[in-house]
Amino acid sequence: MYKLFLRFLFIAGCLFLSCVAFAQDKVEMADSMRSNGKIYVVVAVCLTILIGLFIYVFMLDKKISRFEKNKE
Amino acid sequence: MSSFFVRKSWWKILSFVLLAYTIIGGFLLDVPRLPILNESIRNLYFHVCMWFGMMILFIVSFIYSIKYLRTSNHRNDIFASKFAAVGSLFGILGYATGTIWANYTWITDQNQSLANVLKEPKLIGAAIALLIYGAYFVLRGSFTDIDKRARVSAVYNIFAFAMLFPSIWIIPRLVGSLHPGAPGSESGNPALNFNDIDSRLRIVFYPAIIGWTLLGVWIATIKIRLQLLKDKTLINV
Repeated sequence: MYKLFLRFLFIAGCLFLSCVAFAQDKVEMADSMRSNGKIYVVVAVCLTILIGLFIYVFMLDKKISRFEKNKE
Repeated sequence: MSSFFVRKSWWKILSFVLLAYTIIGGFLLDVPRLPILNESIRNLYFHVCMWFGMMILFIVSFIYSIKYLRTSNHRNDIFASKFAAVGSLFGILGYATGTIWANYTWITDQNQSLANVLKEPKLIGAAIALLIYGAYFVLRGSFTDIDKRARVSAVYNIFAFAMLFPSIWIIPRLVGSLHPGAPGSESGNPALNFNDIDSRLRIVFYPAIIGWTLLGVWIATIKIRLQLLKDKTLINV
């Protein structure tokens, strides 16, 4: 009886796991983009924008610092 | 010069580091696989952070308005208005990014009608809140007397902040909303109904909030310093 129960549990577990795996497969993600590496292009582009933006704000900061020094 | 870096700029560098991490980690790290949302769950690091940043900046603005009313120091009024300005910018960016996200998840994938999306209480609430803050700037612009402008707009800013909570946080949670966190969303969106954020999202989400907020604070300080310079020139002339 106990063995039967274990076997049932095993089969149920397998079914559950396969369901989970199936459900995961069904949800589309950008896996191909990740596998062929093109996602790094997006990361590079976004980082470039971020760096440019920060350099711009930093220059602005510097410029105002200079004005503040001149005022004093 | 080096003391300037150590004393004043460390949080600006931190902001850059955190945002760089947000982009690298936000695009490359693993995220939970959810239907409808798919990869767009990564918008959590950008769209949601705009609203968090907006809230923090509005809180700072609110504190400076109270400080102005207590001290009548003109500096506090400038701080309050500039933080509110950057907060509004974050809010507008949050709204703009939200329209794109909603277009590809609620309308395209979830087959919500446009009418349903327009009935979204959080959209209406956020629009009301942003318009109230818009009126704050109209109010400021309509005074010629500096002291009167500072006093009236400080009082109005406190009112605007008080209206922010019911319109964005309370009402959307009372009535059904498409956003996560709404009780019994009869519109049916199991994908958005996760009660807690996945820990894989959290390791990028929290640093992202801090990074975006620090960027907002930085822009606000630049605006404040510019205004202070302008005022000084005005007085000297």
